[in-house]
Amino acid sequence: MNIAVCIKQVPDTETKIKISDDKKSIVESDINFILNPYDEFGVEEALKLTDPENITIISLGPDRVTSAIRSALAMGAKNAIHIKTDSTPADPGITADALASVLKEGNYDLIFTGKQAIDDDHAQMASLLAEKMDIPAVNVVIKLNVENGTVMAEREIEGAHEIFECATPCIISAQRGLNEPRYASLKGIMGAKKVKIEEKDVTLSESNLEVVEYNYPAEKAAGKIVGDSADAVPELLRLLNEEAKVI
Amino acid sequence: MFLGVDYYRIADLLSEDERMIQQTVREFVDEQFMPVIQKHHRESTFPMEIIPKLGALGFLGVTVPEEFGGPGLSNLVYGIVMQELERGDTGLRSFASVQGSLVMFPIKAYGSPEQKKQWLPKLASGEKIGCFGLTEPDFGSNPGGMLTNAKKTTDGWLLNGAKMWITNGSIADVAVIWARTDEGVNGFLVEKGMPGFTASKLDGKFSLRASDTAELSFQDCFVPEENRLPNIRGLKGPLSCLNEARFGIAWGVVGAAMACYDEALSYSKNRIQFNRPIAGFQLTQEKLVEMVTEITKAQLLNYQLGRMKDEGKAKHYHVSLAKRNNVNNALKIARSARTILGANGISDEYQAMRHAMNLESVLTYEGTHEIHTLIVGENITGESAFK
Repeated sequence: MNIAVCIKQVPDTETKIKISDDKKSIVESDINFILNPYDEFGVEEALKLTDPENITIISLGPDRVTSAIRSALAMGAKNAIHIKTDSTPADPGITADALASVLKEGNYDLIFTGKQAIDDDHAQMASLLAEKMDIPAVNVVIKLNVENGTVMAEREIEGAHEIFECATPCIISAQRGLNEPRYASLKGIMGAKKVKIEEKDVTLSESNLEVVEYNYPAEKAAGKIVGDSADAVPELLRLLNEEAKVI
Repeated sequence: MFLGVDYYRIADLLSEDERMIQQTVREFVDEQFMPVIQKHHRESTFPMEIIPKLGALGFLGVTVPEEFGGPGLSNLVYGIVMQELERGDTGLRSFASVQGSLVMFPIKAYGSPEQKKQWLPKLASGEKIGCFGLTEPDFGSNPGGMLTNAKKTTDGWLLNGAKMWITNGSIADVAVIWARTDEGVNGFLVEKGMPGFTASKLDGKFSLRASDTAELSFQDCFVPEENRLPNIRGLKGPLSCLNEARFGIAWGVVGAAMACYDEALSYSKNRIQFNRPIAGFQLTQEKLVEMVTEITKAQLLNYQLGRMKDEGKAKHYHVSLAKRNNVNNALKIARSARTILGANGISDEYQAMRHAMNLESVLTYEGTHEIHTLIVGENITGESAFK
C-alpha cells in the first residue's frame, strides 16, 4: 500500500506572533517552526499501515519546511517531496492545486492530512484535495481500518460516532485520538538525514483570496473575584446570568 | 512546555540533527517524565515503566555502536541527551549515566565478544538494567584502598566485600564490580541471583529520591571466569568509566540549572510584591543574571569539551574542570532559584528545591568537588596533592 502524508510546517504554539508593519504578514524571524501536530497523527497512522519504504512525506513551502519534513522522516517514513515555493500561500486553494498535481503522479492508495493546520486553521485541505482529485475524503477521523482496498473511517459527531466506508484511493484527515504518535528515536533522527528529499518546482495557480490585514486580538479585560466563600455564590450566579449571559 | 535556556544562541553551533535530538529528548521529558516526578520523589521510587521507553529511543548507551544495539552517536550528542534528561531530574539522568557510561562502556571497552553479545543489546533496549560497584563504605575518594577482593578458584573467582552508594543497585540485573585480585584490580560481571550476592536498597535519602541507591554485599560469591572483564587490569579500568560518566554529569547538571533558572525567571515575573513583579527589583535581577551567566558559561564549556572529546583531545583533567565548575554552579543556581520562590520554593509543587537537594549529591559523587580541584591542580602544577 502506497501512502502519502501531506504535512505543513507551522509556528510552535508557544510562539508570540508578531505582525509585520504593513499588517499583511507575520514576521517569521523569531519563530520556532514545528511539524503541524495534527499531521503527526497522519504520519503515525501511515507507519502503522504500511512499510516505511512505501510512505512519502509531501510538503509545500520555502526552504525552511525541510526541517518539518525531516521531523516526519525521523519518525520513520523513507521518502519525501518538497514542493518549493517562495512563501506559504495564504489561499489554501493554491496549495491544494499544487499538492493535487504532485499527488496525481504518485499512485497513492491513501493520502493523509492533519484535520487542520494550527496556524491558519482553515481546515480545508482534505476536502479541497478530494474535489481536485475526484476521490473521496473523510474528515476528522479518529479510527481507521484498511483492508483489501476498503477503508472504514470513524469520526465523532455531535452525540454519536459516524462510520464511513469508501474505496481506495481516498483522503483521510487525522484528528487527535487516531493514534499516539511515536517519538523520533536517535536512530530515526540520524536515518532521516540520509533520505534524499525530492524537490519539485510548480507553477502556482492564481489566488482567489487576498489577505487584507492581520490584527492582534483585543486585550482581555481583567478577571473579577466576587468572593472566596460560599457566600459569594449568589452574586456569582447573578453575574454569570446578567453580565456574562452564559447561564 | 520547557523552551530551554540559550542566551548565546549555542543551538546555532549544533547541526540540524543535534538540535532535533535535543528537542526530542525535551519533549519526551515534558510529556513522559514531568507528570510523574513529584510522585516518585515523594515515594522515593524510580519510574520503572520509563526504562524501555528510554531504550527504544536510544537514550541508553548513546555512543554504543549499532552492532551492539546502540545508536552509535557522538559524545556531544550523549552530552545533549544527559542535559535534557537532568532537566527533568538528576535521578533520571543518573539512571542513563550509569547504564551507558558505567555499565555499557566497560563491557564495550573491556569485555569479551561473548559478554558484549550477551549484555549490550539488552542494556541498550532497557530490557536489562546494570549498576557499577567501585565505592565502598570506607573507600570513596581513595578507591585504590578497596577491600573487596576476588580469590582464584579452579574455574572462577570467590568474591568477598561490600560496595556502597550504588545507583540502580537493587534493580540491576548485572553489576560491574571492581575487586582486588592477585593480578591487580579486576572487573567482574556479577549477575542478579548469584549465590552470595545481595543488594539492599538504601532509604532515608534527602537527595536523589527518585533514584535507586543500594548497598551490595558479597559473601563467598562465586563468579565464573567468563564473567571477568578480560581486557583490563588495574584502577585505570574503573577510572576510565568514571571519566565517561563525569563528562555526562558536566552536561547533565546544566539541565538542572536551566530548569531552576527557567522556573525562577517565570515566577519572578508573575509574583507581585509592593505592587510590582519581583523581577523588577534589583536584588532579584542580580540573582537571575548570575544564573543565566553561569549557565551560558557552562554551556560553552560543555560544547567545547564535547567537540574535544569527539576529536579524542579531551583529557581526564579537562573533564574534571567541567564537572567541578558546572556542578558547583548548578547547585548555587538551584539554591538561589529557591530563594526567589520564597516559601513556595520549599514545596515540591516547584522544582528548585528538588534539584538543589539532588545536586548536593552530585557535588560529591563521581569525584568530590575537592578531588576534582586536586586533579586539575595536579595537572597545571605537576605536583600531586593527594598521592
